[in-house]
Amino acid sequence: MTTTVQTATGAAETMVLNMGPQHPSTHGVLRVLLELEGETVIKARPDIGYLHTGIEKTCEAKTYSQAITLTDRIDYLAPLSNNLAYCLAVEKLMGLEVPKRAQYIRVLLTELTRVGSHLVWLGTHAIDLGAMSMFLYCFREREEILKIFEMVSGQRMMTSYFRIGGLALEPPPGWLERVERFLEMFPARIREYEDLLTHNRIWLARTQNVGVISAEDAVAWGVSGPSLRGSGVAYDLRKMFPYSAYDEFDFDICTQTAGDCYARYLVRVAEMRESLKIVRQAMAKIPAEGPIRSEAPGVVPPSREEMKTSIEGLIYHFKIFTEGFAPPPGEVQQAIESPRGELAVYVASDGTPKPWRVKFRAPSFVNLQALPKLCEGRLIADVVACIGTMDIVLGEIDR
Amino acid sequence: MSDFIAQHPVLAVSVIKVVVLMFLMMTALAYLTWFERKVVARIQSRWGPYRVGPHGLLQPLADGIKFLFKEDPTPGGADKLIYFLAPFLAMALALSAIAVIPFGPKHIEILGHATGLQIADLNIGLLFLFAITSLGVYGVALAGWASNSKYPLLGGLRSSAQMISYELSMTMSVVGVVLMAGTFNLREIITQQEGYWLGFIPRWNLLAPPLPQLIGFFVYFVSAIAETNRVPFDLPEAETELVAGFHTEYASFKFAMFFMAEYANMITVSCLATLLFFGGWLSPFSTTGMFAWTLYIPTAVFAACAVLLFVDGLRYSTTFGRIVLPVLALAVAGLAAVCAMPGVVEFVQGPFWFLSKVFLFLFFYVWLRGTLPRFRYDQLMAFGWKLLLPLALANVVLTSLMVLVSRR
Repeated sequence: MTTTVQTATGAAETMVLNMGPQHPSTHGVLRVLLELEGETVIKARPDIGYLHTGIEKTCEAKTYSQAITLTDRIDYLAPLSNNLAYCLAVEKLMGLEVPKRAQYIRVLLTELTRVGSHLVWLGTHAIDLGAMSMFLYCFREREEILKIFEMVSGQRMMTSYFRIGGLALEPPPGWLERVERFLEMFPARIREYEDLLTHNRIWLARTQNVGVISAEDAVAWGVSGPSLRGSGVAYDLRKMFPYSAYDEFDFDICTQTAGDCYARYLVRVAEMRESLKIVRQAMAKIPAEGPIRSEAPGVVPPSREEMKTSIEGLIYHFKIFTEGFAPPPGEVQQAIESPRGELAVYVASDGTPKPWRVKFRAPSFVNLQALPKLCEGRLIADVVACIGTMDIVLGEIDR
Repeated sequence: MSDFIAQHPVLAVSVIKVVVLMFLMMTALAYLTWFERKVVARIQSRWGPYRVGPHGLLQPLADGIKFLFKEDPTPGGADKLIYFLAPFLAMALALSAIAVIPFGPKHIEILGHATGLQIADLNIGLLFLFAITSLGVYGVALAGWASNSKYPLLGGLRSSAQMISYELSMTMSVVGVVLMAGTFNLREIITQQEGYWLGFIPRWNLLAPPLPQLIGFFVYFVSAIAETNRVPFDLPEAETELVAGFHTEYASFKFAMFFMAEYANMITVSCLATLLFFGGWLSPFSTTGMFAWTLYIPTAVFAACAVLLFVDGLRYSTTFGRIVLPVLALAVAGLAAVCAMPGVVEFVQGPFWFLSKVFLFLFFYVWLRGTLPRFRYDQLMAFGWKLLLPLALANVVLTSLMVLVSRR
């Protein structure tokens, strides 16, 4: 990406505004070069790479299990979705079967992640458009979700809770009650948000017919997730290519047809409700007892009990944590529906305990390329709305 | 010295009043920021400032000191003179507007001269006020221009357009009041609103014949919010779009001056709303006959505040707070007692009601800030020119007709 804007008109009347990488509403360190005529954007060019951390490359120097901790830091607003995508990919490579109990818990937690991520989106999108209080309300509720994560995994954000073949730990007693409390509290809070925004005249004026993208364009630009569904394409990987027992759950794909910022807002709000539905079903499905890791000696660490009492357990434990395990040579691709869209992980193995290549197809990265399409010809204030509505996470874009 | 005072009594009295009002105004501005932060915090279910002093009461002081000692860089290529001048202009204009606001009906005696609760009683007070507030746009526009930076430039352009557009609707909206009062003198406009229907409904311009100025008030209030660049019309300093708008490049006390100017403007337009539509210092209650007890409302309010403050102070978490807050409560209780004294009781009515109404408006401002999203530039312009201005014009025409008919 060059740092100069290729001017569309070459006219001297235009002004180039360098929005970001330090700007209050570029959601991190996105830089957008705007060519302006007055306040009208003639050309917008996103410039990325300010948050590049080399996660994909670092994965190649880690064992398969160690790489999980790196996935947390890709999309730092939805760490469990990243964990899930990576673990599913490696499990596919190894041919591991994950116990149902672990699968349901994974579904439950990733759906909570989705709610948490959408809350951050709603809060930041609203504050971008000037509704300051929404931000604090959304973060207040997200805090409850983070508390659940902390209870389960010991970490609020960088959870690394999903492991290859299952989960890191048995969830503590009482965690489902906590989830239940959240489920009871949250629907009223969504209504509160909608009271403040959905029929607010200013909110409507700021989001309706702003950042419109047609279904054809959205597909052509590779847009996925809620941003695609806001354009009327009912495409959701949880339904299309179910993974982790999603086919056993009953939920709807939320779509809107307008393809503007308001439609995407409605889609995400509806998705929060659908996620709650899935969480409720998962709670009913999770068996009280049962294994949380698959039976795969040499790949999945043995239980503490086994490690302490049996010699095989001790050897496996030692081997897994010193040199890791070596999957057969080959390559897999696994896609999941992350809160931001289609998150795919490609893992190539050369038969050694470290992956030969790990590649993330980050939804934010692909969605961002539609930004110029959304905001060219509109006002600066709309650029902010468009960046917000795409729900990008720079950590995921730059990786 | 005494000769000088004897020869120029008006000047001496005015200087004293200016100094006192400046002091009060500065304190009010400082505590308005505190009040805003506390109320917005309450709306957003957080605490707001509470570390510096009990309930964060010393926060404005800490902020002031911080502003004074911050580094004050000037951006390269800035037009130094104008860059320097702009915040002074904004601040000076915002403060001079207060000069014509009358705070109460009674006169006080300073250096042996009876004088009103107002620095200058102009017969064209209202015109003066609008003249001064419309100059306020220069501070903002020049700041945006002189900074030699793109965000301030956009902010300055936005605010020039916005303030000039809304100035128009704002001025038109008060024409109705002027027609009804037949004067530009602010004192006379208030005295015109005296009296009660059925003994208890105040004859404020908002409700008074020949045409209740409901439309006028609506247009005035919305324009006033836009005029002072507050949410939902805070585009010139829209943080999430233009970083900080016209004052992006300002730091230290120059920034503080813009900040204070904004709050001073808020107070001015609230004062004006009170004067023009809500009867200024007039009590909402009749004070004669069975309503005589309403004279003691100030005392009751202060007493209630004192009790609350005292109880809260005793339970406060820090020792400092447990000492300061009850002492403050005692001071407020003393104020309550003074307000009940014969002679004083009539005198405090004016300022008390006036300031209470202004306070309500200020609260409304803060409330809006905690609730609404921001308009977009073109929507703002459309709103001003296509809705507010026609409404204001219609109000002028209707009021003229009604005044004409009623004077027949």
